[in-house]
Amino acid sequence: MNFELTEERQMLQDTLRRFLKDRYTTEVRNKILDSDVGMSADIWNELAELGVIGALFTEDQGGFGGMGFDIAVVFEELGRAGVVEPFLDGALLCGRILAHAGQADKVEAIIGGTLQLALAHGEPTSRYDLNYVQTTAKGNVINGRKAVVMNAEAVDTLIVSARTSGGAADEDGITLFAVDKDAKGLMIQGYALLSGGRAAEVTLDNVEGTMIGEEGKGFALLETAYAAATVAQCAETLGAMHTATNLTKEYLMTRKQFGRPIGTFQALAHRMADLLIEMEQATSAVTRAAGFLEEDARTRDMNIHAAKNLMGRAGRLVSEEAIQMHGGIAMTQEYELAHIAKRITMADHRFGDTDHHLEKFIALSAA
Amino acid sequence: MDLNYTDEELAFRDEVRAFFEEKLKPELAEKVRLGTGLSKEDMEGWHATLNAQGWLVPNWTKEFGGAEWNAVQRHIFDEESARYDAPRTVPFGFSMLAPVLHKFGSKEQNDYWLPRMLNGDDWWCQGYSEPGAGSDLASLKTKAVREGDHYIVNGQKTWTTLGQHANMIFCLVRTDSTVKNQEGISFLLIDMDTPGVEVRPIILLDGTHEVNEVWFTDVKVPVANLVGEENKGWTYAKYLLTHERTNIAGVGYSQAGIATVKRIAKAEMAGGKPLMQNPLFAARVAQVEVDLMAMATTNLRIISKAAEGAAPGVEASMLKVKGTIIRQEINDLARRAVGVYAMPFASEMVEGTNEPLPDPHDAGPLAAHYFNNRKLSIFGGSNEIQRGIIAKVTMGG
Ligand SMILES: Cc1cc2nc3c(=O)[nH]c(=O)nc-3n(C[C@H](O)[C@H](O)[C@H](O)COP(=O)(O)OP(=O)(O)OC[C@H]3O[C@@H](n4cnc5c(N)ncnc54)[C@H](O)[C@@H]3O)c2cc1C
Repeated sequence: MNFELTEERQMLQDTLRRFLKDRYTTEVRNKILDSDVGMSADIWNELAELGVIGALFTEDQGGFGGMGFDIAVVFEELGRAGVVEPFLDGALLCGRILAHAGQADKVEAIIGGTLQLALAHGEPTSRYDLNYVQTTAKGNVINGRKAVVMNAEAVDTLIVSARTSGGAADEDGITLFAVDKDAKGLMIQGYALLSGGRAAEVTLDNVEGTMIGEEGKGFALLETAYAAATVAQCAETLGAMHTATNLTKEYLMTRKQFGRPIGTFQALAHRMADLLIEMEQATSAVTRAAGFLEEDARTRDMNIHAAKNLMGRAGRLVSEEAIQMHGGIAMTQEYELAHIAKRITMADHRFGDTDHHLEKFIALSAA
Repeated sequence: MDLNYTDEELAFRDEVRAFFEEKLKPELAEKVRLGTGLSKEDMEGWHATLNAQGWLVPNWTKEFGGAEWNAVQRHIFDEESARYDAPRTVPFGFSMLAPVLHKFGSKEQNDYWLPRMLNGDDWWCQGYSEPGAGSDLASLKTKAVREGDHYIVNGQKTWTTLGQHANMIFCLVRTDSTVKNQEGISFLLIDMDTPGVEVRPIILLDGTHEVNEVWFTDVKVPVANLVGEENKGWTYAKYLLTHERTNIAGVGYSQAGIATVKRIAKAEMAGGKPLMQNPLFAARVAQVEVDLMAMATTNLRIISKAAEGAAPGVEASMLKVKGTIIRQEINDLARRAVGVYAMPFASEMVEGTNEPLPDPHDAGPLAAHYFNNRKLSIFGGSNEIQRGIIAKVTMGG
């Protein structure tokens, strides 16, 4: 066993941490949050040049990483800095789908930072179930509605899932399509998100698309891409939790009330200690999920479900306790912790929440 | 023992219900229900409606236009108020300042300020906290120096709720720096239109403008606006804090909140079935409901003691802690319930403009409320401070 990062990953981590610390300050991010597009193209390009996207893909796919640990290193750093640019959706999630569907040219463009995509899969009543698709396609003509599609307004092409056969909850019969943003009958209604970035409701009224991969076999593409994305989401949350606990530790040591640092009140000191214990748990859960991403599906999924469930619980504890122990200051939008706490909490609304993954874990562990 | 309301109490409840049915406009209740943010006019309008009924200030004596309700009646009103999604009244004047004036103010002050409060002539806000003085309120530094018929006030208050609407602020100020912290504080009423007063907004993490900084630079305040005696302000402040804690358990809000969560979870689908049928989610809801049922009775037990005239002491702190934990838990359930639809940022909605949000249309502000209500365990004496009080009172030290 060896828990050290490889030299390459260590370098990537150092580079990213330094870059984001200098470049992605609270002020810079608050400007991005206030902007209409909700992201910065400059930041996207600069990070792409630093290899943030390349690290998410294997050499075969044109990158220089692509393993669970590569994903974890990248997203933990993005999480620490509270980055709102949609690398998770626009690059990793969609890139993985295209890579597995054999669209090498598109993947190359994603790695180069010149192509961003959006995945329109979830629907208003599908909640967190990956197999639930009611949008239909006859031939290549799609009808339906997609919910909270990340980054939809910013991209030229959307990847849309639609049912070409079977019932609403069948894994078989889901087909993926590339849909041009300007396609006739496509409506995108965008809005800002509470924890930064933008998403949209997407409705498709007889929209023409181009099939990606094989007909009816979209679920397998989605499943592997979601596994990687869930690892990324957990790592991002871990990074944000590091920032939250660091800010809280510093604040407890400097804020004085009743003539002494508030961290000297045992009521707070013990709770800070509890957070640090949970941070170790969270680190291990993410390490496992990342390390087993390339294993057989059962091992992979057990560890991913475990991690996402644990991150949901530990994340909630960290974000609520960090705010509480700060007092009023943490309630202000300007303060770094406010954004970080929102990132942590809203992560529980992505790729399945605490309960969803507990149910999935039970199904595997009881089997 | 009898766990039911008496006939008289039931009759009173019917009267309250009839009032809400008749006088609460559906548009206003809808705003409260969706939490889309009330305008100053909304709040003032509701105050006027209550005043016309004689119910604006249930805690005041009849002499000054109060209803003189007992604690159980007040509880019934609060409970129904939450059930009907009625706005809550802005408490700073009616239930914080007024009792202090009543007990410690001069006759002139009572005769002048109380009727103006009822008429909606003044909007009061509370100027206690400072950047360096939160939990340790007595360490406050805003200074008032007497010069002839005036005090000259310099310093800064912060977290001033709805200060952007206010024209009057009651402040704790330091009038003697040579004595123990608690012994050099005075209670001043300050007109916010006086030169040298500046209000700066603080935007909260959910995007709302609810609190402010209030800065004082050489602000002249007439000595007539001193409440009680100079340097006795801490006594008055502590008295006010006991009033700040009425309706502290927020039982009505929690009951309304649970109803909302159930309504959402029945409509929200998970795995082809309503979320409310999901065993994990149902267990979460039930757990809070069990706690709430017990707390509602704790609340009534304490209230009926108070109705007999006993002052709630350490129990108020207990209700604050448990009540806020339950309310925050319900906010957490509500955001969980709507799944991915918790993510859209409804600040536009919170601020009252019309940008359309995706269905389910009441999902919009739920996550924002979850974050906003983290304040419940921070203000009004944080839950840590309350636990300190409970421990101190019961174990000494
Ligand atoms: C939304 C909002 C509205 C508000 N409205 C008003 C208003 O209208 N008027 C007004 O005057 N004030 C208002 N306040 C201020 C509020 O009363 C203070 O935030 C509160 O007193 C806590 O002070 P603080 O924020 O400075 O935190 P601090 O006092 O710095 O506390 C930080 C942390 O330390 C803990 N702590 C402090 N002392 C101890 C101790 N001895 N033992 C254990 N733990 C301790 C606290 O519980 C907290 O967790 C408002 C605050 C908020 C957030």
